[in-house]
Amino acid sequence: MATADVDTAQTNGNGKYKVIGTRPIRHDGVDKVTGRALYGADVKLSGMLHAAMLRSPHAHANIKSIDTSKAEALPGVRAVVTNADLPEVGDRIAELGEGAVNLRHLSCNVLAGPKVLYKGHAIAAVAAENIHIAKEAVGLIDVEYELLPPVLDVREAMEDSAPILNDDVRTDTMGELGNTPTNIAAHFRYEKGDIEKGFAEAKVVVEREFDTATVHQGYIEPHNATALWNKDGHITVWTSTQGTFSVRQQVAELVNVPLSKVKVIPMEIGGGFGGKISVYLQPVAALLSKKSGQAVKLIMDRSAVFEATGPTPGSYIRVKMGVDAGGKITAAEAYLAYEAGGYPGSPINPGCMCIFACYDVPNGKIDGFDVCVNKPRTNAYRAPGATNAAFAAETVIDEICDELGICPVEFRLNNASKEGTRRVDGVEYPVIGMADTVEAIKSSAHWQSNLEGPNRGRGVASGFWFNCGLKSAATATVNADGSVSLIEGSTDIGGSRASLAMQLAETLGIAAEDVNPAVVDTDSVGYTDVTGGSRVTFATGIAAYEAGMDIRRQMIARAAEIWDVDADQVRYEDGTIIGPESSYTFKELAELVIKTGDPVTGRGASSAANQGGAFGTHCVDVEVDPDLGKVKILRYTIAQDCGTAIHPSYVEGQMQGGAVQGIGWALNEEYFYGDDGSMHNASYLDYRIPTCYDVPMIETIIVEVPDPEHPFGVRGVGEVPIVPPPAAIANAINNAIGVQMTELPMSPPRVVHEILKKNS
Amino acid sequence: MRDFEYEAPTALADAVELLAGANGSAKLLAGGTDLIDHVRTGRLEPDLLIDIKKLAELNVLEASDSGLRLGAAVPCYQIYGNEQITSNYSALADSCQIIGGVQIQSRASVGGNLCNSGPAADSTPSLIALGAVCVIAGPNGTREVAAEDFCTAPRQNVLEAGELLVELKFPAPGGKSGSHYRRFIPRNEMDIAVVGVGAAVTLDDSGENFVSARIALGAVGPTPIFAQAAGDALAGQPANDDSIAAAAAAAREVATPIDDMRGTVEFRNHATAVLTERVLKTAIARARGEADGYTIGH
Repeated sequence: MATADVDTAQTNGNGKYKVIGTRPIRHDGVDKVTGRALYGADVKLSGMLHAAMLRSPHAHANIKSIDTSKAEALPGVRAVVTNADLPEVGDRIAELGEGAVNLRHLSCNVLAGPKVLYKGHAIAAVAAENIHIAKEAVGLIDVEYELLPPVLDVREAMEDSAPILNDDVRTDTMGELGNTPTNIAAHFRYEKGDIEKGFAEAKVVVEREFDTATVHQGYIEPHNATALWNKDGHITVWTSTQGTFSVRQQVAELVNVPLSKVKVIPMEIGGGFGGKISVYLQPVAALLSKKSGQAVKLIMDRSAVFEATGPTPGSYIRVKMGVDAGGKITAAEAYLAYEAGGYPGSPINPGCMCIFACYDVPNGKIDGFDVCVNKPRTNAYRAPGATNAAFAAETVIDEICDELGICPVEFRLNNASKEGTRRVDGVEYPVIGMADTVEAIKSSAHWQSNLEGPNRGRGVASGFWFNCGLKSAATATVNADGSVSLIEGSTDIGGSRASLAMQLAETLGIAAEDVNPAVVDTDSVGYTDVTGGSRVTFATGIAAYEAGMDIRRQMIARAAEIWDVDADQVRYEDGTIIGPESSYTFKELAELVIKTGDPVTGRGASSAANQGGAFGTHCVDVEVDPDLGKVKILRYTIAQDCGTAIHPSYVEGQMQGGAVQGIGWALNEEYFYGDDGSMHNASYLDYRIPTCYDVPMIETIIVEVPDPEHPFGVRGVGEVPIVPPPAAIANAINNAIGVQMTELPMSPPRVVHEILKKNS
Repeated sequence: MRDFEYEAPTALADAVELLAGANGSAKLLAGGTDLIDHVRTGRLEPDLLIDIKKLAELNVLEASDSGLRLGAAVPCYQIYGNEQITSNYSALADSCQIIGGVQIQSRASVGGNLCNSGPAADSTPSLIALGAVCVIAGPNGTREVAAEDFCTAPRQNVLEAGELLVELKFPAPGGKSGSHYRRFIPRNEMDIAVVGVGAAVTLDDSGENFVSARIALGAVGPTPIFAQAAGDALAGQPANDDSIAAAAAAAREVATPIDDMRGTVEFRNHATAVLTERVLKTAIARARGEADGYTIGH
């Protein structure tokens, strides 16, 4: 990595730690680079059937009837399922760790109920002896539709005259339900101070409107599930997921069996970014297995991934901000409307809470709306809701800075949230590093450099993400050779095996290589919430630390027994167990463990700890082709508060990966719909994520303001880096060619449109 | 994917017979870079695939004083790897270098690109600009069609039942000649042209004036477009910014683009003019033997 020359001392608490802050080879690395790691598509079981899905060709329709008889009659077909095979789950809400879901909506999303709400909506599935037969049988299913007009735009869907998607949705306004069916599923409002007074005190007030397109997480690996519903009623599911326990819960609820009847075995995961938490295929594969008596494997193709799995919402946002002559924010107001997709549940609330989170806003008002449209049901995507919001707020700030002649970095320093700042939504910050990230950019080689040449510009933007705690469990067993096996339940989407093993190693004073981390199935480890919310290195890290402390206590007790002294005369220091007269290294005592008594197994869990939040500030240089509107990223630097970087390479990798996804969101990614509600670009050819030719090496500055809630000061790092890029790039484009972009993506046709408008 | 038969004839007459005998249920397989994907996804369901890579006539690659003969099945990498093509038919080499990545270029053929007849095909504007003639064989013998007359609508062309494209014939460039093709794509790789422009110019001995020019446009109409008037008007004109700007404006006049996921009408019209200017400047620089300043992807 380009940043490998960074002095390790910078990132290990100035020598405070032995393992933390170093860069060992990841434990799962060899399998992954040699192709031996097993992903969802690699599952092969004896007698396994292959399944295919019938998906709706229409964006909005009532299903009048489904006739599966011809498909069932095709030789080689073993089972066909529709929504009629799913038990009635009722109008219940299930907590899934990171977000809640209405089970009836989830059930109807898995296999459409009375209506299809987006093109690609799953309707029926066929299991057959091979995939070719299954696909042929799908073509033999007759569905009679009653076509309904689709509504695709969030503001149109909010109008009284809009077609209603769900007749059971009522607007939830701060807990109070409306009376009539609507597409507006929720209205959030946050207020602080006196907004009128605040704007009256401002010297400059800027108000702008923004539109952002629907974008997808774009993981390489499609969704997958293999299920075996055994004759004894036990269901085993092999799947790549961000949360095995969440899959277990969703499958159990949707097929109506007790939790303990479902075992979920995690396969390696080829990217998730929030999109592999909700179930799509797992309950369907289970039902097909129940009907056929065989294991059934179901894998999505790419177009289904785009058309039917969780993108992040398109949005309409209005921001108004007032700043006084001294450059202090006096008031800020926002209106956000997010597209939920077919069923309620957009990340509108986090969007509302994040939009002004970087700054001390004395007077604020935020309104947010969750709105159903005929697009796939949205799901989490890296800091869900925050990127849309930051694009609006951070570009308005730049415009104000321009007008007042204030340096955008100084403005951000001057207004930065800090410990004790109260957000508009009421939360008061603990120790945070917002200002530290701005300072880091201010003193960076990038910011200090001169940018010369025509059509070039520089932009900065900051971003916030909460990060969460939730629940994790881990156990660790001491082996006779001095190694420790770490058993945990956080599926590894970002190098977490390594970061957890390192925290356990640090706790025990042994080498990272002497810890063998394993992510195991739901029958083999304590309850662990999803890999999401940038929580694993934090919360499962606490569990690993606690398991390590448990081992230390047991090792002390064992040594005391062997030496025949009181345990309080023995101490554990730097991997050595020290008694009054003698000492053991960890390895020496590990060898004696099973010779002298019970095996030593440590146990750790975490639930109470919550994170203080993560901030990042990005700086980008661009060059814009003034004739063709193409934006070239010349240089990109991120400063991010990571609390304490456990494995700096993976921290940097998260920062870089998030920024690259943000660059794609900024410049080219969008769901392109026809008027009939069909997505025209459901492939990687025309859904344009950046290639390696489109981004430079992203420079990273790790800022460390330790989070006191974690024994090593960890803050989650995975999500906040996607928040600032579109805003930073918009600010850079404006700086380069004097055109303020208010719509995402800032694709060449849109940039050219603004240039032509400006020149005419 | 449906089952199909596979034949790999070694004589052109056999290929024509198989094709004519299949009554429209056969597809020709050269590189297969489009065909196999269409069959895999079920967009096409042929009963018979006729592999034409074993036909000698379709593998000709011969550059001489009288021009260039390019077999319809010759893959892209052989084309841009041929020095005579890179120096005398540069637009064609430019096209072949940006069609797919190395793996695709090792299989995909210019003949296949033309016969798919996509409006955004990267090689077709170069064929038109370079004055290529398509040699077509069928049950009733052989005929020739100018490249600009080959495509008739999106995914449709002049080939009749039982006919196949055998080779493309290019006239030898005269005097001080240069050609170029470039496209606009939003990324720097892995994209279909939003607008593509190919041009070939011949300058007088001074290198200051146009003798002739041919300009062709891609992705701005239902078929690749021969912007004949734009090129013809350059004959006898000095090769300067004014004449280039006039040609660009004339090229823009014949573009009939649509709004789609790759671009808007406004953008495509605008980019047609911008690219025509840039392409003509590069072609002129090449005709003069000057550095052309072209890098792939921009």
